[in-house]
Amino acid sequence: MDAPDAVFFPDRRAPASHLLLEQLPSYQSLLYRRKSSSSGRRQGSGRGRQPSINSGKWAEQKTVHSGEELKPVRELPKSMQEKRQEKQQRLQQGGALTGWGLWRLNVHRSLKRLKEDGMDVLSSLQLWRADIHLIEGMFGTGILSYFSFLRFLVLLNFIMFLLMFVFVMLPMIITSHSAHNVTYSSSSNVSVCSEYLGSSRQGLVVFHEHITDLLSGTGFLEHTYLFYGYYKLEFIHSHFTYNLPLAYLLATVTYLLLSLVWIVKRSAAGFKRKLIQDEDRFQSFCNKVFAGWDFCITNENAARLKRSSLLYELKMDLEEERIKRKMANRTRGEKCRIYALRAALNLFVMAVLVACFYCIYEATVFSQRKQAEDQKSNFLLELVVEYLPSIVITLANFITPLIFNLIINFEDYSPAFEIRFTLMRCVFMRLASIGVLLFSLWDQITSCRNSGCPCGYNHQLYPCWETHIGQEMYKLVIFDFLIIAAVIIFVEFPRKIIVNYCDCGLVKWWGQQEFAIPQNVLEIVYGQTICWIGTFYCPLLPAINTVKYILVFYLKKVSLVTNCRPATRPFRASSSNFFFLVVLLIGLALASVPVIVSIAEIRSSRACGPFMSYNTSWEVVPRVVSQLPPSLCSFLQALASEAFAVSFFVITCLGMFYVIALAGAHKRVIEHLRDQLAMEGHDKRFLIQKLCQAQQAVYAHSPERRPPRGFRGNRYKAGMYLVEPLVELEMQVTVATRSSLYPSQRVTAVTSSAS
Amino acid sequence: MGGTSSKLPKDLLSEYQELTFLTKQEILLAHKIFSELQGGENGPYSSRVSMQKILTLPELKANPFRKRLCHVFSTSDMKDGSLNFEDFLDLLSAFSDTATLEIKSHYAFRIFDFDDDGTLDARDLEKLVNCLTGETDDTRLTAEEMRQLISNILEESDIDKDGTVNLSEFQHVISRSPDFVSSFKIVL
Repeated sequence: MDAPDAVFFPDRRAPASHLLLEQLPSYQSLLYRRKSSSSGRRQGSGRGRQPSINSGKWAEQKTVHSGEELKPVRELPKSMQEKRQEKQQRLQQGGALTGWGLWRLNVHRSLKRLKEDGMDVLSSLQLWRADIHLIEGMFGTGILSYFSFLRFLVLLNFIMFLLMFVFVMLPMIITSHSAHNVTYSSSSNVSVCSEYLGSSRQGLVVFHEHITDLLSGTGFLEHTYLFYGYYKLEFIHSHFTYNLPLAYLLATVTYLLLSLVWIVKRSAAGFKRKLIQDEDRFQSFCNKVFAGWDFCITNENAARLKRSSLLYELKMDLEEERIKRKMANRTRGEKCRIYALRAALNLFVMAVLVACFYCIYEATVFSQRKQAEDQKSNFLLELVVEYLPSIVITLANFITPLIFNLIINFEDYSPAFEIRFTLMRCVFMRLASIGVLLFSLWDQITSCRNSGCPCGYNHQLYPCWETHIGQEMYKLVIFDFLIIAAVIIFVEFPRKIIVNYCDCGLVKWWGQQEFAIPQNVLEIVYGQTICWIGTFYCPLLPAINTVKYILVFYLKKVSLVTNCRPATRPFRASSSNFFFLVVLLIGLALASVPVIVSIAEIRSSRACGPFMSYNTSWEVVPRVVSQLPPSLCSFLQALASEAFAVSFFVITCLGMFYVIALAGAHKRVIEHLRDQLAMEGHDKRFLIQKLCQAQQAVYAHSPERRPPRGFRGNRYKAGMYLVEPLVELEMQVTVATRSSLYPSQRVTAVTSSAS
Repeated sequence: MGGTSSKLPKDLLSEYQELTFLTKQEILLAHKIFSELQGGENGPYSSRVSMQKILTLPELKANPFRKRLCHVFSTSDMKDGSLNFEDFLDLLSAFSDTATLEIKSHYAFRIFDFDDDGTLDARDLEKLVNCLTGETDDTRLTAEEMRQLISNILEESDIDKDGTVNLSEFQHVISRSPDFVSSFKIVL
């Protein structure tokens, strides 16, 4: 360490400069101890007196700016008594308020209080507040973020349900109960495409067939509000004409946009932080140490577990840093070997994924074919055939994470990156499996036995294909919920019982259930993606999803509290929230693709639904626009034209480049200022060192200045005369008690003076 | 606990609402809990509750920083960590949902400054890490790991490279810490 730096490190020999540092105005402004009672303090009243001199200076400086907005009193970090005094002081200073000013102040204050009371009421209405508080106390903020994410999804689904209900279902319910003029949708030419018998069962219906219908959405469920095919109205004539197809389409677009806006708004805060952080560490150490303890934990057991998880996390991060340093020192031969290994393993992973997708495709094709054959067979076998795609998807999503976890050990990444990469692979697998299912369905629907499809889709097998897709989505949702409930009841509870009562080695190795946050989050994002895709074909799906997530909340909470222990590798709240919302956004993006393609491209069914008379579902909009007044019509058409789209795109790109350049400039300025600050610190230390040398020179020349007592007091005396007069000089000796290292320094100082 | 005898007068209630970040319900709940700690004595506005009694609260029992909390928020002359009702409200206000980041980071700094000298030096950081991980021997980091950790922390937060973290450096690093606001919270 160079000589100027020696000033700051207590184990070096530069004791006198500490007192000089304490007198610096920048240091004084940081002192928070404004109380003048300082006699009992360890640091000595030299410290105590100083603030009273300087704090007066600072207090004066503060009141100079009284023209500006002062901080509200409650934002001052003082005790209640001092805040009261501050408030009195401010009232006295601003006492010259006239009647008008006083009235305005009172109105402002009462409005603020009203707003606070309003917020109070709103927050007490928050769903599940007590449950989440309990979970927070027992497990900390990491797992809490999962449950508040679940609560957010419940609200989102409920709003989606309200949207579809008010704009699509309510008009139909009203017209069925009152006498309004309605126009039913019909296709322009009645042809073979318009035949739709539906699969309602006739005659005596056996009980288990009702169960099959309930679980797969066929039979009596097919002709209810549940599915697209029931909405046969086109226009409702009352005081105005209500265009149901347009409402249906716009409600779909609205719920997708609403979800997007809400998710982006929720993730905006986390995203900003991610952009600012310019470190490539997984998490900064400061964040882990300073913000590491959740002050909301109330359970002794949880506190003990939190401590051990913090210890584990710190050890892991320090280990990771050592590994990173080791990785940076790899030789070229090693690097080649590792890259080749990684490429081979990635190919293997892709092969596994392709195999899974092929299985899903084949299962879907097989299931569709078996359903079309409509053979009467065993009740259970029929259900299995119906649910075959769901079963295959669930199996694939169960096996592939195990494979990924195994492979990642050979790829030799840093531990933090391993976790992220495995997670990304699992996310991709989950969401892509839905995509493959939809692709295989679309393939089935648009492929006919002969050369072309006269109706644009396979009208023999799927006279109402939208209802059919709605049924598949409905089955996926139901099966997902059944699997979650089954795993909790039949795996987690028995596991807890076995671990508690059985004592053999294998059981101990298996251990208690850990609440693995990423897997649980993927589960509910998967469910939400299906809901987004399926709501267009099954308008009641958001309601089913809401109920499902409410039940999942309670099931998971009970399982968590009784069966689980917190994960050894903690999942931080901040990064969790960001991760959840990013995965949800990916799900939303994936969900909007099939919806948009089917609205805009695929020929809407001629036999059922509100879009019977249109070529594609999107065609409603141009038809309605053409009926608007000509000015509005031409304006809307200009908005949709290519010229507008291209210029909008160019302007957006320009805006983006500008903002990116601005961010880069800010970053450079910050770096510059940081270097400057470090340099100022260097300057300060250098000047203080010079000052101390000058002091030494002064009383090396005048030895009669030495007092009879210790070396220490004299140095300070001399030093203080050079800097500024102190009030109580002999009190400086008590500064020596500040740290335990001082006595040793005193010894060294005395010995150096003696020599 | 003596609902009629130890009720908060309305003007005090509104003053507390103005001077802290707590809502009316939270102040009343704090009053109830504090009266229970006092054992039902009258006049809770000036009398103090000893630190041992405060530490029996469930929110503080499991907290490794509980003693530091009492010391930091205590305004008693005897430096024994006893709190009166207003100190208690100050504590809850600093840890409430709506408190500003500046208040929270200020008090966090004071809590972590174990030797009360106005800066976080290596010894303070070592004590802080030991509080977080546990006090027994098998729950501590090794000396080498501790040294590595402290040098990492100082590298990240010590801007003027003086070997200690002062208040503005601490507030600066906290403003970039995404977990701080959610973890520095106590709700009764």
